[in-house]
Formats: sequence, structure tokens, C-alpha cells
Amino acid sequence: MNAEMQAAGGGALLELDGVTVRLPVEGSMRAVLQEVSFVIRPGEAIGLVGESGSGKSMTARAIDRLLPPGAAVNGRIRFGGRDVMTLAGADLKRFRSEVAMIFQDPRAHINPVRRIGDYMTEALRTNAGVPVNEASSRAVALLKSVGIEDGERRLRQYPHELSGGLLQRVMIATALLTKPRLLLADEPTTALDVTTQAEVLAILDDLRTDLHLAMLFITHNLEVAAAICDRTVVMYAGQIVEVRSSSRLHTDPLHPYTAALAAARPNIEATTPRLLAIPGRPLSAFEAPAGECAFAPRCPHALDVCRQARPALIALDGGLSRCVRAEELRGRLEVALHG
Amino acid sequence: MSVAAGLAAGAVRRYRAGRRFRTSPAIVVSGSVIVAATVVAVAGPLLAPYNPDLPQLSQYFFGPSPEHLLGFDASGRDVMSRLLYGARTSMLGPLAVTLMCMTLGSLLAVTAAWRGGALDAVISSGLDILFAFPGILLAVLAAAVFGAGLVAPVLALSVAYTPYVARVLRGAALRERAQLYVAALEVQGASGVAICLRHLIPNLLHLIVAQATTLFGYAMVDLAAISFLGLGVQPPNADWGVMVSENQQGIIQGFPLPALAAGICIVVVVVAFNILGERLYERGEARQ
Amino acid sequence: MAESVLEVNALRKEFGPLTAVDDVSFSLPEGGSLAIVGESGSGKTTVAKMIVGLERPTAGTIRACGQDRSTPARSLRDRRRRGREVQIVFQDPYTSLDPRQTVEATIDEVLRLHHGWPAERRHQRVRELTELVGLDARQVRALPRSLSGGQRQRVAIARALAAEPRVLILDESVAALDVSIQAQVLNLLADIHDQTQVSYLCISHDLAVVRQLTQETVVMWRGKIVERGPTAQVLDDPRDDYTRRLRASVPHPGWKPPHRAQLAGA
Repeated sequence: MNAEMQAAGGGALLELDGVTVRLPVEGSMRAVLQEVSFVIRPGEAIGLVGESGSGKSMTARAIDRLLPPGAAVNGRIRFGGRDVMTLAGADLKRFRSEVAMIFQDPRAHINPVRRIGDYMTEALRTNAGVPVNEASSRAVALLKSVGIEDGERRLRQYPHELSGGLLQRVMIATALLTKPRLLLADEPTTALDVTTQAEVLAILDDLRTDLHLAMLFITHNLEVAAAICDRTVVMYAGQIVEVRSSSRLHTDPLHPYTAALAAARPNIEATTPRLLAIPGRPLSAFEAPAGECAFAPRCPHALDVCRQARPALIALDGGLSRCVRAEELRGRLEVALHG
Repeated sequence: MSVAAGLAAGAVRRYRAGRRFRTSPAIVVSGSVIVAATVVAVAGPLLAPYNPDLPQLSQYFFGPSPEHLLGFDASGRDVMSRLLYGARTSMLGPLAVTLMCMTLGSLLAVTAAWRGGALDAVISSGLDILFAFPGILLAVLAAAVFGAGLVAPVLALSVAYTPYVARVLRGAALRERAQLYVAALEVQGASGVAICLRHLIPNLLHLIVAQATTLFGYAMVDLAAISFLGLGVQPPNADWGVMVSENQQGIIQGFPLPALAAGICIVVVVVAFNILGERLYERGEARQ
Repeated sequence: MAESVLEVNALRKEFGPLTAVDDVSFSLPEGGSLAIVGESGSGKTTVAKMIVGLERPTAGTIRACGQDRSTPARSLRDRRRRGREVQIVFQDPYTSLDPRQTVEATIDEVLRLHHGWPAERRHQRVRELTELVGLDARQVRALPRSLSGGQRQRVAIARALAAEPRVLILDESVAALDVSIQAQVLNLLADIHDQTQVSYLCISHDLAVVRQLTQETVVMWRGKIVERGPTAQVLDDPRDDYTRRLRASVPHPGWKPPHRAQLAGA
């Protein structure tokens, strides 16, 4: 049990404990996730932020048992106290109705030759044996809750007749049909226009509070995660490097990578001559040097102590940081942000 | 593990994976067969132990012996020597068809894909019309009009096969043309010809080679059939198709070897080409 | 008044019944940087394509470096000349390079197209350009498949600069890159702007990037320009409703999505 879970106490909805995932690539097993542990409580929204290779999508897939064949998973994933990886039969069915997932590109996940209504009500009709009329009226009600007023008409339409933003809303409504307790959202707004993104984020935020729905929101955008999630988990090279309450993430980051990520974004409110760009590129878990801090090669604050061992997650001011210098760097990271 | 050791291990893994890939047994075996057939086609006359055209009627259909490994054919000629000589025309015909067809097909496909619009519509319609003519039928027609021999059927087959090649290549060329690097070159002011020759076609090369290989096999079968019908290579020239025709009586009389030997040669080489072509296509697609 | 290096007047593009670009006019001063901001369907990418000749305007005029380019180039020489006036860096780093060409060959091809230089001089210029965009010797000899997205974009920038254009169009050139890599490339673009005086036309949906790179902004919505002005002014004090809505939708530290009630009618 790690520091975070001890702090959470009982009542966790989703628990990840030391999850390590390896995938077969070209004949050998490569690590993509290393010792990932965090907790989601009922009704809580957690943001999972990272760049390429951070492992954020892989984490969601591991939770939902959607890993590619041949994947090796160590550690434990528990949902409602039950081990996810060993679920089978009726338990697995129930799990699938309690955990819903929405993806970045709705068009890739919906059958283009079936009507929206067929798609939305399929799970209810086949798994729960709900009659068509009742399933449809439930679908219409949910479409209304995501801001689509003329639900009956939409149910008769085909996916290509809807815009990307509308289709994503349909996906959200579909995900809610089985009354899930946890929503996994894998970059749901990345492919949307900024104005559409704002609408969809507002919808997710409202739904979450109305339905007491827990959410894992995956994104590469720190500001988006901070906007609708209570806490944000920052990942780098397959590891968690920081866990922080969203309100403190920008003002008081606990890890140099978080600060660097925030500083790398251009500022919309003022023109800065140059951005603080760190050299190098984001690494995957198997590319990162072993036996030292994965971020050390790029970190502006790295010292010898950082290269001696892989840092553990330490608790600090209500959050977590995988930086041995976290305590002494507090306050100075903020300077780097605005300097 | 240090970075250097990790890189070295990765390099060794990649090398081994590459070796495994490149030496897949199917490719090795079919490749060897084709190489052997080519060597025979080129050096046949040097390898043949006897004169393939010298009939010794007293020996007709005599069986195999240590000096004549495959025996004699209906006219008392050494079967082995005739096979070795026959490889020439049996391989030359399909080679000519393949070269003409791939050239014409590629040109039409790339032109249609590049220019699009009305020109594409015209070319595609023209190809659709050609699709209606089965290869052998056209070859028979050509032989009837222009006389039997290798030339007329080869030309006819080239025309008949072109739409198959062009259709596949046109689709691939269209996909390639839609890539952004083509747009970047257009914005640079590069000419259409330069882009097609230096960029489109090289990126289609894997497909072209795979198509050509398979095409060779089909051409070989069709030309052998035409020669069998007496409209292609004329007897007494040695040619595998002709040999099957000349010796078919032997099958009924109980001396199947001469006809069978020629038939097997055709089948083995055609299958080798088909397998190689298929493997090359798969590899090419996988790389894309 | 300095002559503008790019001038677009009453530009219009129709695709059948759909009007993608409707009466768009703007000018880019020499050495300046102008952004065209918009979301999907705004027509901003179509405008860029018309300027570089990948689409043909239905109506209106485009002038670059004093020469009209509203109609397709008539000769190969004209097309090459236009290539030396305006160049473009596309959004997708994964298809904008020929997968069979090394970085060196890619840039060399452009040099051969525009300049009749001997091999040695071209080789040196390739070295200069790749150094300018921050690529090392190993990367210059590499094929695109060994390069990351950010590195490929650098190659695309070097290739565009090889033609020594007066105008460089950046069509969402950093949108597909990781945030930390995006910052590197944005800094690079700013450096190039300072060093070479090339004028930028920046097509983007990302208001923060626009603020970082440009001095003037034009906002497009459904084919029309709805607002224009100095970038800082357009972003700090938008006048048009759509621009306001766009500005309010951009996540930044401390931002919360506008509540659904506020978006009624959206």
C-alpha cells in the first residue's frame, strides 16, 4: 500500500497498485507503464496528463482490460474492491456496465452503417434484455442531458450526418446508458474545435456532479485537466511523476516536469519573446535510462543525486512528487514558470 | 543495462528479425526455382547434351536411360535437351509480355492518377473496355489475323493484361498522390513528370515488382496454352507448351513422360512466380 | 508605405453549392507576421491552399511579391518562381516527407530545383539550413522513419526555407506536436523570423500559439472574416461575438468551462 492509498483510506472506487505493463514489440517485452499507483474515489474526477510515451492511454486500457494481446501486467487493479484482471463471466459483464470508456475519435468506434439509435441501445437490449421502446426512451433522455434536444430524430440518423462534436456527445450519452460508476475518457476533446471542446467539457463537468460519476480524464493539455478534474496526475516515461490538486497545479507544482510542461505552453494573455523549452523529447518507459530519474537527462534542476537511483513518490503538501529535490525546489519551480 | 549495451542488444534483435524475414523459406525456394529457370533459359544450348532437333524415329518414346535421362519424345528427340532449349521461348514470351504490360500499365495508371479529371475518366473507361477481352481469346484472334508465332500472341496478351495492372497501380498512385509530400513538391514548383518519376513511382516500386512477378506466371500459362493450341511457337521449335502438344498422344499410348515433363516444368515455374509475387506484395504492404 | 509582400483581395472559393471562402481580403507587410485564426469549416486552410496554388480561387485576386497569382501558373518557370516567393509547412509531419528520401536528398532536391549551384555549394547550403533548424549530422543522413514528429517538422521547415521564400505559410505547423516539442519549434520559428526577415502567414486554431508568433490577426468564421487587428488587441479585447466566444473557450490556468446555461443557443 503506498502513501496515496493510505491517505485515501477505505471507500476507493478504483485502485491501481504498482501496475507495470510490458508489451511484446519485435520479439521482446518492453515496459510501457512502471509502478503506476493511484486511487479514484466515488464521484471524483482525476486528470491524467502526459505527452507521447507517458503511458496515459495505456493506463486507461489496462483498467478497462483493453490491452493488446501478449501484454504482461504486474501489480493490481481493483474496482469496487474486486481484482479487475481476474474477472470473468457475469462479474465481467457487470464490470463492463459499471466502467464506460469514451475515445478521441468517435467515428472510429461507431458502425457507420447502423443508425445512432441501434448503436446506443445495443448494450441495453442485448445484455440487459431491455425492450426496444424503453431503451430508446432512455436514450432520448440521455441525449437531452448532453444537450441534444431532438433526440428522437437523432436516433434515426446515421453517424455521418452528425458533426464531430455532436457525435462525441452521442458517445458520452451512450456511455452513460448503463449507469456506470466510472467514466474513462481518453482524450475525448483533443480532436474537437476549441468552442466545441468547451461545450463538451461543460457537459462532462455537469454530468459528473449530477450523477456522482467518477471520471478519469486523459489529456495532453494541463489546463484542460485542471479545468474539470479535482486532482491531476502527471505522467512521464510510463511513471507517475506528480499528483496534485488541480487548483495548486500551476501555482505550486511539485515536479520539474510539470513546471516545464506548463511553461512550454505559450501564454494567451501576454506576449513572451521566447518560451522556456527544455531540450530533448519525451521518452517512453523502455527508452528511459534505468537506475536514475527518467527526467534527469532533460531536467534543468538535475544533480548527481538524481542519477543514483529511481526516485520514489514522496508525499508533500497534500500531493505526491517523484523528485528527490521536490522539497528544496518548492517555490523555485514557480519562478521557472514565470521567469 | 547501460545505454550502449541496450542499443547493441536492440541492433542484434533487429538484425536477427531482418534475417528471419528476408530468408523466409517460401521466398528462398521460389526464388531459387526462378533463378534456375533463368539460368537454363540463358545457357540452355550450352547445357543440353544432345541436339534437340535431331529426330531419331526409331527411338520414339523410348524410356529413360542413363544417357538420356528423360528418354525420347514422339519424334525420337532427346526430351531433356528439348526442355533445356525450350526454356528460352517459354521464358522469353512472358518476359516480353511483362515488360510491355508493366510499362504501359504504369504509365497509364500514373498519368490517370496524376492528372485526374477528364483524362482519368477517359483512361479508366478505356481500361474498362479492355477488361472485357479475355487474354487467350485476344491472342487467338491476333494469331488468326496476323499469323501464328510468338509475336502476335505476346502483343495481344500485353494489351489484355494491361488493365489489371493499371487498375491496381492507379489506386495505389492515387493514394500516394494524396500524400502531403507531393503537395509540398508541387508548391516548390517541381514538374508533374519529375514528381511522378522521382517520387510516385519509387514509392510504388514494391507493388510494381510484386505485380510483375505474378504477371509473369499468368503470361507463361497463357502462352503455353497458345503454343499448345498451335497458334504460338510453332513446332518443331522446342517450347514447353509445344512439347505438351506434340507428345499428348504418348499419354494415351502409355508414354506420359515427355508431355508430363514439359507440363511439370511449366507448373513449377509458374507456381514459383506466383508465390514470390504474393510474398513480395505482402512484404511491400507490411512496410507501408 | 512598405509594399506588402502578400495581398489578398475579395478572395472567394466555392465547392459546388458550398461557399468555403467568402470575400476575404488582407495584406501581409514585408517582414511581418499575420495569423488567420479559425476553427474547422472557417475556410482558413482553403485560403492557404489558394495562395500556394493547390486550389484555384473562384473569384478575387492574390498578389505575392508584386506578381499576380490568382490563376494557375502558365509555365514550369512560373511555377518555380512562385515557389521562391511563397512556401508552406504543413500540419502533418508524418506524410509531408517522402519516406524514401533522406533529409539531405530532400533538401538538395529543392536546391537543385531553384538554384543552378554546383554540388559542393549545395552541400554546404544543406549543412547551413539543417544547422539553422537544429538537426545534427546523423539526422541529416537519416530517413524520415528514424525521426520524431518534431524533427520531421524541422526538416519541413528547412525544405521550405531552401527555396528562400519571402513568405512562409505555417499551416497548423505545430498542432500535431507534443507540448514540449511545440515550444522548441515555436522558438525556432521566432529565431528564423528574426534572422531571415521572412514574412509569416500563420494558420492556426490555437490562440496561444498565435499570440506567441504573430503581430496581426484575422479571425475567420464560416468563410468570412469577422474581426481583424493587432494580435494582442484581438485577443485581449475582442469585439465580435464569435471572437469573444472563441477567446472564452480557450483553457488556461484557472479556467473553467462556461456553464451550460451560459452556452444556451450554442
